[in-house]
Amino acid sequence: MRKNYQLEKRKFVIGGFFALIVIIYLFRLYSLQVKDETYKINAESNAFLKRTTYPARGLIYDREGRLVVFNQPAYDVMLIPRDVQNLDTMAFCSLLNMTKEQFEEKWADMKNPQKNPGYSSYTPQKFLSHISFEDYGKLQEKLYMFPGIYIQTRTIRKYNYDVGANILGNIREVSAEDVKNDTYYKSGDYTGDLGVEKSYEGALRGKKGVEILMRDALGRIQGKYEEGVHDVPPESGNNLTLSIDMELQRYGEKLMKGKLGAIVAIEPETGEILALVTSPSYDPSLLIGKDRGKNYADLVLNPLKPLYDRSIQAMYPPGSTFKPTQGLIFLQEGIITEGTSFPCSRGYVNGIRVGCHGHGSPIALKPALQTSCNAYFCWGLKNMIDKKGTKSVDQLNKWKDYLVQMGYGYRLGIDLPHESRGFIPNSEYYSKSFRGPNWGGNAIISIAIGQGEVLATPVQIANLSATIANRGFFFTPHVVKEISDSVIDLKFREKNVPKIDKKYYESIAEGMRMAVTGGTCRGAAFPGVEVCGKTGTAQNPHGRDHSVFMGFAPYRNPKIAIAVYVENAGFGATYGVPIGSLMMEKYLNGSISPERKGLEQRMISSNTIAGSGVKKH
Amino acid sequence: MELRSTDKSPSVFRSLDWVTVILYILLVAAGAVSIYAASYDFDQASIFDFAEFSGKQLRWIGLSFIIGFIILLMDYRMYEAYAYPIYGVVILVLIATVFLSPNIHGSHSWLVFGPVSLQPAEFGKFATSLALAKLFDSYNFNLNAKPSNYFRALIIILVPICIILCQKETGSALVYLSLVFVLYREGMSGFVLSAIFLSVLFFVLAVKYMDPLIMGLSTGEFMVLTIICIIYCLLLIFYCKDFIIARNVTVGFIAAGTIVTILLLCNVPVNGRLFFLLTIAAALIYTALAMLRHRISKFVVAIGFVVVSIGFLYSVNYVFDKVLQPHQQTRILVLLGIEDDIRGVGYNVNQSKIAIGSGGMSGKGFLNGTQTKLKYVPEQHTDFIFCTIGEEEGFIGSAAVLVTFLILILRLIHIAERQKSTFSRVYSYCVVSLLIFHVCINVGMVIGLCPVIGIPLPFFSYGGSSLWGFTILLFIMLRLDAARKEIRD
Repeated sequence: MRKNYQLEKRKFVIGGFFALIVIIYLFRLYSLQVKDETYKINAESNAFLKRTTYPARGLIYDREGRLVVFNQPAYDVMLIPRDVQNLDTMAFCSLLNMTKEQFEEKWADMKNPQKNPGYSSYTPQKFLSHISFEDYGKLQEKLYMFPGIYIQTRTIRKYNYDVGANILGNIREVSAEDVKNDTYYKSGDYTGDLGVEKSYEGALRGKKGVEILMRDALGRIQGKYEEGVHDVPPESGNNLTLSIDMELQRYGEKLMKGKLGAIVAIEPETGEILALVTSPSYDPSLLIGKDRGKNYADLVLNPLKPLYDRSIQAMYPPGSTFKPTQGLIFLQEGIITEGTSFPCSRGYVNGIRVGCHGHGSPIALKPALQTSCNAYFCWGLKNMIDKKGTKSVDQLNKWKDYLVQMGYGYRLGIDLPHESRGFIPNSEYYSKSFRGPNWGGNAIISIAIGQGEVLATPVQIANLSATIANRGFFFTPHVVKEISDSVIDLKFREKNVPKIDKKYYESIAEGMRMAVTGGTCRGAAFPGVEVCGKTGTAQNPHGRDHSVFMGFAPYRNPKIAIAVYVENAGFGATYGVPIGSLMMEKYLNGSISPERKGLEQRMISSNTIAGSGVKKH
Repeated sequence: MELRSTDKSPSVFRSLDWVTVILYILLVAAGAVSIYAASYDFDQASIFDFAEFSGKQLRWIGLSFIIGFIILLMDYRMYEAYAYPIYGVVILVLIATVFLSPNIHGSHSWLVFGPVSLQPAEFGKFATSLALAKLFDSYNFNLNAKPSNYFRALIIILVPICIILCQKETGSALVYLSLVFVLYREGMSGFVLSAIFLSVLFFVLAVKYMDPLIMGLSTGEFMVLTIICIIYCLLLIFYCKDFIIARNVTVGFIAAGTIVTILLLCNVPVNGRLFFLLTIAAALIYTALAMLRHRISKFVVAIGFVVVSIGFLYSVNYVFDKVLQPHQQTRILVLLGIEDDIRGVGYNVNQSKIAIGSGGMSGKGFLNGTQTKLKYVPEQHTDFIFCTIGEEEGFIGSAAVLVTFLILILRLIHIAERQKSTFSRVYSYCVVSLLIFHVCINVGMVIGLCPVIGIPLPFFSYGGSSLWGFTILLFIMLRLDAARKEIRD
């Protein structure tokens, strides 16, 4: 064994080095902890308060640049429970006109983990929300009396219009679940609820900032830490420009007063929704401020369901507005040509009978659209499903695929929450209900005229109208046109093209034009514009028929495509057609011609709810 | 030689160094308590809640005791026999980690196994130590015999460093540099160690304190020049052992300093750089003239030190200012924790100092630390755990922790020196070096004396990998020590 004593001595260097460092550190600790008083002052006051600064939520404009939704300040009383010591409860209560009981109840609510899951006695908690401006003034002045308490300024919404609640949505306080799912939120924050406030929450909310404040031993705020160099300023949310014309929206809601149903108006060349009316609706201002909870509960309990957006959520039988899709499919599949005629003996009579009304027979495609002949489309479907050399199962699936391409059966993907998908049956559906694949055209004949199993939302019907207006393509309907400093989802800029030849749309459009010039849709005409339309009278197993209208104008180079659905209002021509035509006239001409003022007045004042009772959807 | 397994395990515990074991348990227990305090929420949670940091840490601690126990039960010869294979496997795992690890805050150093994440870099420490020990233990190995021996030792150290740098874990990579201490203990010249230490010190000082101070000098320049003067005097006294020259030079420096101070007080402008360089040049010329009468070589070393140091100082400044691109400068500054990357490092250290400083002499008491509770200090249960001790236990508590570490290190050095085999001694010095580096950098960072390099405080910081890494490191050393009477070189 050899030992190098010269090298062994180096242990003193290594040990000594570490000992020296430890001694230096001990001196440093001594000076930091014992000698330096500035840190001790902090010890008694826990000197900093990290306060969140809230960004201004993005504003919302309509397509004409009119300000629709903006912000107003709201004042919340916040407190850090651990810092609230020897609170003069009496003074605090009398300042804010509270009783001691109310105070204690609020305090208990704040500490209740069910109601306030983020509770911690070290962090700021919301004690009172939305105190009035007067109370804010009084409390601000006396804040020095109440250590641990401060006022947090936030913004809540304010509305320039009392319409469009289904599009705009509102904001609410975050739930325990929101806080858990998204780290952005802290208890007491606001988030969008319904409408674009919800679907564009990410753009509207902006980025929170933080300011670091210094406090003295009594918890009083002494100013910003190092003049605010460590602060992060909040970033305002992005502004939205809606595609909605708020004046048209207001007009639509006026026309739909006293009725159940929906109007959807779309600009065909862009897919931008011009008006999205559901009726009944409510004033969006009801859902801000202190009374939100109570008003919200009222709306939920209202049997007419004003919170239910019929324009995108209700699934109705489309009725005769479905016939153009059938014409297109039959033409594309070669089942019919423009000249093909079918007999109509006051209905489709072929083993079974589907009723129709009086018009010439046999009848070709365009007059069939003009007169809304049921028999024509029943023959068409029968010939397609039972076509020789094919299986009805395959034929129906082909039929379904065309409709899916035209936007039926699935959600269109509108930029609003809770859209419904409607329903288009496929062959499995029928094979299940008929217990086998051997069913023929007659068994499912009612789908040819938009009855039976077929269900569509008003926005899907309006989208069909836009597709015909464009002669063969559509953009996914959307309500937001622009986002400031950002871009809208690219899917709204993508053309959707169903696999149907452009020339067939021309025939359908001509048929719809004829319906207005000399058919079921005569009421849709108004001066100066060539209108195209299609009525629908959708049978309703629960009560009176629904009145439906689908149309676009002008015939050449259309600017507006529309769908109107009025529940339990009878023939399409009685309510759907006049309301749709008034909307188009208002949008295209800016005003209603004098000779139609009477019609307008009749529509506004009529009420279809009283007589029909409320139906389930 | 045959070993009967029946009498092996009792002998391990008879010759085990219980002082170290007790110090280890003390530190781990104090760590668990601190983590509990750091993550404690006044309103919720219990120490046994496994969802909480402290609950998880208890589980890590329990498992590390088991690991330590198993290591002690193993045959000591295994560590020597498998040193290179272990090193190889760990290196492969480290390389694999670069590719397999998810991106966690920009670092690719974690292997995720379901709910458990491990940082292989922590396990690289004992593997590298074993490999280094094995190298020195090889037959007739003498570090100074030929340059290639240095090369082989450096390769063992540099390979893990390079891989860990690829994982973007600069702190963990720098830790391996501490193994240079081992080379020093095993024969590397003290001048090399001093040169490394001084160049790091000069570099950090020169770059960190670039703000102008007095007489047209930056703070860093002033400090470095002053240190050079002091070291020059010390060299003359302790190395050249010529007390007359040393006395004259020291008196000359003090006199020059006094004159300049008086001039400054009278508001006479002085060119600081010129003053320093002239003073130093005068001292060197005086020494050079005087040394003609003495042993020349040692004075050449002293004068050479001054010249090289000054050259180094100004070339650092020159290279940093003129040669490096601005983004490269920023990267170095941020790496050294010098540049406050907007509310980043600087803010953290400030908060950390406030938390420690607010502790006072005896602290605010267990669980009463408001600074740490309010989450002002980031990473407070991992890299900044020392804050919690400083705030809640005060100067007494934090000094006790530092002194415990000092006792542990001195004890480990004592153990290292009583080893009869080179393998055990070199391995032990690896453990000592790694612990010294971790404690110095971590505590120095928390109290604002060192650059912010994110490495854990041994046995304290939250996290299984770090605790297990240090436990394995320490207990292999204890196992080797327990067998010291059986091992012959």
